[in-house]
Amino acid sequence: MQSNDKKMKQHKIGLFVPCYIDMFYPRVGIATLELLEKLGQEVGYPPEQTCCGQPLANSGSEQEALATYRNFVRNFRDFDYIVTPSGSCAYHVRRHYDILEQTEDVKKIRETTYELCEFLTDILQVDDLKIRFPHRVGIHNSCHGLRGLKLASASERMEPRYSKLRRLLEKAEGIEIVELDRNDECCGFGGTFSIFEPDVSVKMGKDRLDDHERNGVEIITAADMSCLMHLEGIIRRQKKNIQVRHIAEILNGHSL
Amino acid sequence: MMSHACKAKQFLANESRVDWHNRTLWLVRQKRDRVAAAVPEWEHLREQAASIKKEALANLDVYLEQLETEATRNGVTVLWAKDAGEFNRIILHIIQKHGVKNIVKSKSMLTEECGLNPFLHDRGIEVVDTDLGERIIQFRKETPSHIVLPAIHLKKEEIGETFHEKLNTEKGASDPTYLTQAARRHLREKFLAADMALTGVNFAVAETGTVVVCTNEGNADMGVHAAPVQVHCMGIEKIVPKQDDLGIFTRLLARNATGQAVTTYTSHYRKPKPGGAMYIVIVDNGRSNYLGHPKYSDSLKCIRCGGCMNTCPVYRRSGGHSYGYVIPGPIGSILAPQKEAQKYRDLPFASSLCGSCSNVCPVKIAIHEQLYFWRQDLTQQKRTSFLKRFSMKVAGFLLSENTRYNLTGILVRWALRYLPHGLLYLPFNAWGRGRELPVPPRQSFKQWYEGRKKTKN
Repeated sequence: MQSNDKKMKQHKIGLFVPCYIDMFYPRVGIATLELLEKLGQEVGYPPEQTCCGQPLANSGSEQEALATYRNFVRNFRDFDYIVTPSGSCAYHVRRHYDILEQTEDVKKIRETTYELCEFLTDILQVDDLKIRFPHRVGIHNSCHGLRGLKLASASERMEPRYSKLRRLLEKAEGIEIVELDRNDECCGFGGTFSIFEPDVSVKMGKDRLDDHERNGVEIITAADMSCLMHLEGIIRRQKKNIQVRHIAEILNGHSL
Repeated sequence: MMSHACKAKQFLANESRVDWHNRTLWLVRQKRDRVAAAVPEWEHLREQAASIKKEALANLDVYLEQLETEATRNGVTVLWAKDAGEFNRIILHIIQKHGVKNIVKSKSMLTEECGLNPFLHDRGIEVVDTDLGERIIQFRKETPSHIVLPAIHLKKEEIGETFHEKLNTEKGASDPTYLTQAARRHLREKFLAADMALTGVNFAVAETGTVVVCTNEGNADMGVHAAPVQVHCMGIEKIVPKQDDLGIFTRLLARNATGQAVTTYTSHYRKPKPGGAMYIVIVDNGRSNYLGHPKYSDSLKCIRCGGCMNTCPVYRRSGGHSYGYVIPGPIGSILAPQKEAQKYRDLPFASSLCGSCSNVCPVKIAIHEQLYFWRQDLTQQKRTSFLKRFSMKVAGFLLSENTRYNLTGILVRWALRYLPHGLLYLPFNAWGRGRELPVPPRQSFKQWYEGRKKTKN
């Protein structure tokens, strides 16, 4: 896979692999790493990294997350950009690391942490990935990426429509991006919401899956594996014939 | 009190009903999207509305006194209530002073908040709610499940049954027009007999001393026009400074609430009718505690459109009664803990923090951020369960350092691979109730990366 003909500017990137991706979905971290390297980037993976602290903070225990925040800052202060295959974690670092003392390191980290897709479109300005993915794909717009990082226009807001995920996926040869009935409704994962409100959470997930199924989606993709982990959990429980793939896997040219 | 999650589970037990509830409210959201999209300056209107409200709240003392001065000049009696108890006593006093026998009330969430109907009932005085949805739930002795669509949790067949019992409509009849006409005939008698009309207030214009009430059924006007005594009840936050500001809010309110360009009736009440009396009762009931609050003051900008309920993916599936507070949904979940943090401590957690509410809000309250702040505050005040706080403490310990984190990963993957299914899916595994756990990979990313580094070297 090549990007543009002109050589892309090389940045020193710190790869942040969120905890649940590291533990359960290493293939997503691998795809992200390979993709960035193919695009000529110098990618470092600080080995002492753990988690961004979001699971604790969203559960109300921001104070318990401070040590984890500081570990993140220690690991990622020496890069031009921090790139992660998770909109939710990138949003958390940018928005909620405000409770740390705003040292130069913290300020820089909050400004340079990017979700993978926005890094590709906004910083690297990738516009051709030379990949082939001949499948019917449904895009799941994960909430924090959508409304927090503005990876796409949100349906509630009356403004021009765009989607960074879609822009990247459209470059794949043979891909068919399926229109859904509800373009950006939450899947119900919501971090520990999925545990503390399991019934609502699962119902929301089932409804999201129904929308994709009804419209003939083969593969659901997203910029957040956490939503896909939740949806996949329901798919496997209900033995549904639909698959999930993180967008990094598709953009890295993995076939099914 | 039963938790939101428990009550949501009860509502979810009837899945087809939940699907219907979800679909119906989503239709309202879609209607709202269409009419909002037809206003090119929509996002600008939201900006303006937010900044007018912000300024009004910052100078609320001045505007409230201006309202009182202007209204008094118009011949209106303005009364002030510090809390729900004082409000109820003021209304009782007005009733007694005028020797009122029959009271009609158009929709007012404030009177619900203050428990006016039960207060008067205990003193032998009945109030007839005249908004159709409100009348239905009053017949059924229920509370509103939505602030704009109070009976949205009910199907027309259930309403038919209630009307058969209360209004003697034909058994089994559920045609909406037929039922509405029966209600209309019933309410017409109540309007004609009323000697006092109570209304809520959507906006109070400080500059003119006017209160503005928006309805679709004209029931506020029917009451106010027929009864000699009219009483308008408002929270202190209902102020808009100028008459010119009003248009911004009326354009936003109906569009965002129900997808209408404007409510059918937008009534401006300025002075008493000849020979009649007009009162405005201004109620604090805890609101001023949050004026100027660094995190929560914006919640006072709310104009009660209910748009956040219609868009909320949780509300649509858990139903309004699952919140247990007079105002349900996202906005209710940030208002309730202001009233009683202990009682409503689980509401800020009844959200996936998707943020759709904040995007819909016509006055740009960052509702999802306030939910997040409440979670922090309630946890620090030790109001959340010990188990939750303890498990987060443990998680914080494990996630904050590399070795501990790696061991946790190894242990979890081991458990997922080797523990018997029955043990993994014991009832305490809330994840496993409707979902499978992830299939554990052979190694973590970190382990893979180490391996790759070694091979490369």
